[in-house]
Amino acid sequence: MESYSETAVEARRISKIFPGETEVRALDDVSVSIHRNEFFTLLGPSGCGKTTLLRVIAGFEPPTMGALFLAGTDISRLPPNQRPVNTVFQNYALFPHMSVANNIAFGLEMLGKPKDEVRKTVDDMLRLVRMEALSARRTSEISGGQQQRVALARALAPHPEVLLLDEPLSALDLKLRKEMQIELKRLQNETGITFIFVTHDQEEALTMSDRVAVMNAGKILQIGSPQEIYQRPAERFVANFIGESNFLDATLSGHTATLKAGGAHEVDPPEGVSDGTVSVLVRPEHASVRVGEPKTNEMAATVETVVYSGEATTLHLRLGTGEALKARLPNSPGGGALPGQGTAASVSIAPGAVTVLKD
Amino acid sequence: MSEPIRQPRRGYSVRSLPGFAVVAVFTFFALYAPILILVAFSFNAGTSLAIWEGFSLRWYAQAAANEAVQEAAVRSLILAGVAASVATVAATMAALATTRTRRFPGRTMIYALINQPLMVPEIVTAVALLIVFAWIKVATGHTSMVYLISAHTAFCIPFAYLPIRARLETMDYTLETAAKDLYASPWKVFSRVTLPLMWPGIIAGYMLAFVISLDDVVITEFVKSAGQETLPTFMLGQLRRVVTPEINAISTIILAAGAILVSLFFWLSRGRR
Repeated sequence: MESYSETAVEARRISKIFPGETEVRALDDVSVSIHRNEFFTLLGPSGCGKTTLLRVIAGFEPPTMGALFLAGTDISRLPPNQRPVNTVFQNYALFPHMSVANNIAFGLEMLGKPKDEVRKTVDDMLRLVRMEALSARRTSEISGGQQQRVALARALAPHPEVLLLDEPLSALDLKLRKEMQIELKRLQNETGITFIFVTHDQEEALTMSDRVAVMNAGKILQIGSPQEIYQRPAERFVANFIGESNFLDATLSGHTATLKAGGAHEVDPPEGVSDGTVSVLVRPEHASVRVGEPKTNEMAATVETVVYSGEATTLHLRLGTGEALKARLPNSPGGGALPGQGTAASVSIAPGAVTVLKD
Repeated sequence: MSEPIRQPRRGYSVRSLPGFAVVAVFTFFALYAPILILVAFSFNAGTSLAIWEGFSLRWYAQAAANEAVQEAAVRSLILAGVAASVATVAATMAALATTRTRRFPGRTMIYALINQPLMVPEIVTAVALLIVFAWIKVATGHTSMVYLISAHTAFCIPFAYLPIRARLETMDYTLETAAKDLYASPWKVFSRVTLPLMWPGIIAGYMLAFVISLDDVVITEFVKSAGQETLPTFMLGQLRRVVTPEINAISTIILAAGAILVSLFFWLSRGRR
């Protein structure tokens, strides 16, 4: 257990209910504790409550129930302008009637900082986001990527305890998005500010984050490092949302899962899963396929489709049980012999690659 | 398949609509020909309203020298200026209250009530005001411009309200959220973000209200006390006696002023986002 000094933000049993004809429970008893100086990502499909949680932390939405702590202090009732928390908005929300420099200076001026300190910090921020040359421009006169960087600089300038980022990269094209992902990591390292990042893009979440919280229907399903989330998802939803997955039926007995399609595998079942019929996850890249009769711990399968995608080939297989299985095989320079479409094949699964799911 | 495939036409093309050009030309002719004749004859050297006798500015000179015209013009400008100012302040507050607050019961009702003067026939408002103001005048003995000013303010409010509200509705609400997030107090959010951004709407609303007030005849005619002629009511009075091209000259000046203000209004309401 970490002490308060290491915790930047702590949400305690927060619920947010939007009243109306159909009551919407946007957040359902959410508890999470975000470490200081951490790149924390809220990941989930649209409508899962991730943006609502961000808005509760920013102070734009009061929680219906629960409490919010910042560095150990209850800030649940504090208005947004009194929270040392700044936001980078999805549409950037730059002030169109101000120059780039005045946008960045805004927060500092509102805090009543002396003029020369404001000027110095603005210069530092312009340098940090590499926008020195455009400081006098209007925000309508710069490109989307540049607006993005100004929005970041404006939110970082008052040096908040926590920076909230609401899908800030979604409006950028792929190349710019990749650049900004690296840029964001660099900014987080250089400033030492806690970043809470909201996205529906699993790849973005895995690349940038120290920890990821996967959300669905107003609840946090799992919190962990990108590796944990990808390799040991707790539930089918998490497994399905992140990366490609195969779900197979199996029988669990202690630390051994016997697949219905054949083969026994050593597993480390999550808490609360008892022996009997379970669902297990196998990632496509953890299955290998060869031509020939199945040996021990292998499964018989028929190749239905072969999809070539440059660095890998994906085989869509049908197992003896009727279950579908995707196997993703890296392409070697020589181009090894892969089973062709319609042929019989044997599938083996790498040791430790079978993950038991909670549901 | 050598025959080119005909692309389905997107929407209507003005060029291919039969009879459109004829109707358009006739409509513009009916709208503007009388006005053009009025403007042309305001420069007529002779006294006739029908026979062209050469170019002259004599009627403009005569109008400018006419003390009754001067007095009415000054009164009209003061009245329009004061009424438009008060109406714009009220309309700004109303627009903020109907767009920048959480939805409250009766908000649509308030919207309808603000715009109601646009629907009620002007003559009805005029008669109603005549009666109410008559009571007050009898009771207090007070007969200053205050009656005209309050009447004009009232019917100017919806005209000022509409462009301001339109401006606020197109303004990104997250800008104000962002200001709040950056430590701005509610007053600073308003003064540093909301007000500067809604300014074009406020100017547009003010100018529209000003033109509407400048132009009003019906309500002014019913509400004014003796000797409180505005330019339009003065002209109406003149027409009852003898029609001279002096009226043409005054009309042309009002027309020019109105055209300039309305053009500015469109320019501003289209202007920067």
